[in-house]
Amino acid sequence: MSETSQKDHPAQPDIKATRAKMTFGPGEPLTLDCGVQLAPFTIAYETYGTLNADKSNVVLVCHALTLDHHAASQNPVTGKPGWWNSIIGPGLPLDTDRFFIVCQNVIGSCMGTTGPKEINPRTGTAYGLNFPVITIADMVRAQAMCLEQLGIRDLFCVIGGSMGGMQVLQWASAYPERVFSAIPMATAARHSAQNIAFHEVGRQAIMADADWRMGDYIAAGVTPSKGLAVARMAAHITYLSEPALHRKFGRNLQDREKVTFGFDADFQVESYLRYQGSSFVDRFDANSYLYITRAMDYFDLAADHGGVLANAFRNTKTRFCLFSFSSDWLFPTSDNRQIVHALNAAAANVSFVEIETDKGHDAFLLDEPELFATLNGFIGSAARQRGLA
Amino acid sequence: MSVIRTNGPSSLRADLNIIAGMITPGARVLDVGCGDGELLDLLARKRNVDGRGIELSQEGVNACVTRGLSVIQGDADTDLRDYPDDAFDYVILSQTIQATWEPREVLTQMRRIARHSIVSLPNFGHWRVRLQLLLGGRMPVTKELGHSWYDTPNIHLCTLYDFVDLAHEAGFRIDEALSVTGSTSQPIGTVGRRANLFAELAVFSMSRQS
Repeated sequence: MSETSQKDHPAQPDIKATRAKMTFGPGEPLTLDCGVQLAPFTIAYETYGTLNADKSNVVLVCHALTLDHHAASQNPVTGKPGWWNSIIGPGLPLDTDRFFIVCQNVIGSCMGTTGPKEINPRTGTAYGLNFPVITIADMVRAQAMCLEQLGIRDLFCVIGGSMGGMQVLQWASAYPERVFSAIPMATAARHSAQNIAFHEVGRQAIMADADWRMGDYIAAGVTPSKGLAVARMAAHITYLSEPALHRKFGRNLQDREKVTFGFDADFQVESYLRYQGSSFVDRFDANSYLYITRAMDYFDLAADHGGVLANAFRNTKTRFCLFSFSSDWLFPTSDNRQIVHALNAAAANVSFVEIETDKGHDAFLLDEPELFATLNGFIGSAARQRGLA
Repeated sequence: MSVIRTNGPSSLRADLNIIAGMITPGARVLDVGCGDGELLDLLARKRNVDGRGIELSQEGVNACVTRGLSVIQGDADTDLRDYPDDAFDYVILSQTIQATWEPREVLTQMRRIARHSIVSLPNFGHWRVRLQLLLGGRMPVTKELGHSWYDTPNIHLCTLYDFVDLAHEAGFRIDEALSVTGSTSQPIGTVGRRANLFAELAVFSMSRQS
């Protein structure tokens, strides 16, 4: 295991932030669900705030499908602010003055953690499709290894939305005694058929791109940009909602007075989606997209526990607070409520909040005052229980 | 629609104070129809209970979670089934039973998930209610029952006699009963004609009939 840090990166002002990488050598493999022992591997992560003396103030932030560990610092690739700047910071729900916050790039991703675009030490070329298929449980196992190397066993809180929420559920299920509080947001205990279907559309778009080259595009010096952009465009629609799209674009035309009777981006919504697609390919690896969407598809916590979701949380002492968003049709309130039912059946301590919004699935990343207030209430109460107030 | 409070929570309702007095400190408590968390908050502060709540209105749930209470959005008629047997020491149903679809099923579920059940309810046998119907010839509207017949959430109103019958049928023993009139409350030994006529509200503390 080796560690490298750079401390001179632009985080939010007032946050003590560290950007680092941790590498596990050939003797410290990550045991994957598919049976492969992955070694060596590297985890890229960031931390915010200060670890207290008894290490009781650790918050693990789990990121979504195409996000990264730059939760509260400027993204080095896009130059954009951290994706959860509205939640992480001094005086915010994840208060950097009180908590030590860790966010790791998941295994299989492409932002510094080992994934299919990294060099396979056995061949000297990029893994491509030789990278083993990973699962949500593998992501969590890797996170636990990284935390253990940082000397951290217990987590005050594990929080995340979408695929991040799946990791939260996996953490609470696999390591119940280590998780004091858990906040799964806009998520599900199993990926729905409709969501698998959308993911398959994205994967097929990538694989249909001639530049994909059976996953070996890096060696060929090309990128399947068109396929990846289409995958992103389709996915992006699922992150929004019909009312939000209508409010933002309606049927407005893009820089023109009337339709052109052709296939240019006549409508603003087309132009917007094309932009979303083309900017995505600059920051994300196509094969990583295949692997991570697959990990989500395979997630089914009940199936791992004899078909009964409540069994995943039997005798749990963890305090849960779930959030759903009224216009989210990717991970609808009903999916989140299913988790609540299971937690009730396990007599767990659970709160469940539905935020009224028309912003769709992505609302968990946006500035929602009600999310802020309820999150503050739950985290504040959990912190008092944990003696962190 | 079922988990609804009949009164707006201005100051602490008289029945809530009485209910709080019936709970053993440190107990596991489920408040069904917990509104904005007034009672749970009181119980957490004064009785150090491990409290949970179910509330129908999302507004109420969010208010509860904002004040640090463990509350889910849910419905007394459907969601009590989720809980395992004996999950709680007390389950509380305050001024909610009259708004449930199936009061009998709700009581049966309560009896299953907690050793003790506490129910408060408005008394439809109160003399003012009877008088309004008898002399006015119209559906009564009173302080406790402030809705018109066409917009009331209270679909299963009953008198104290009626409730006691149902409680026995559902397998409960009534340990303690209090009548509430205005701001005063008094114990009722057995629910008799007097209580059924003069109590505006009543609070029942019950356990399983063995």
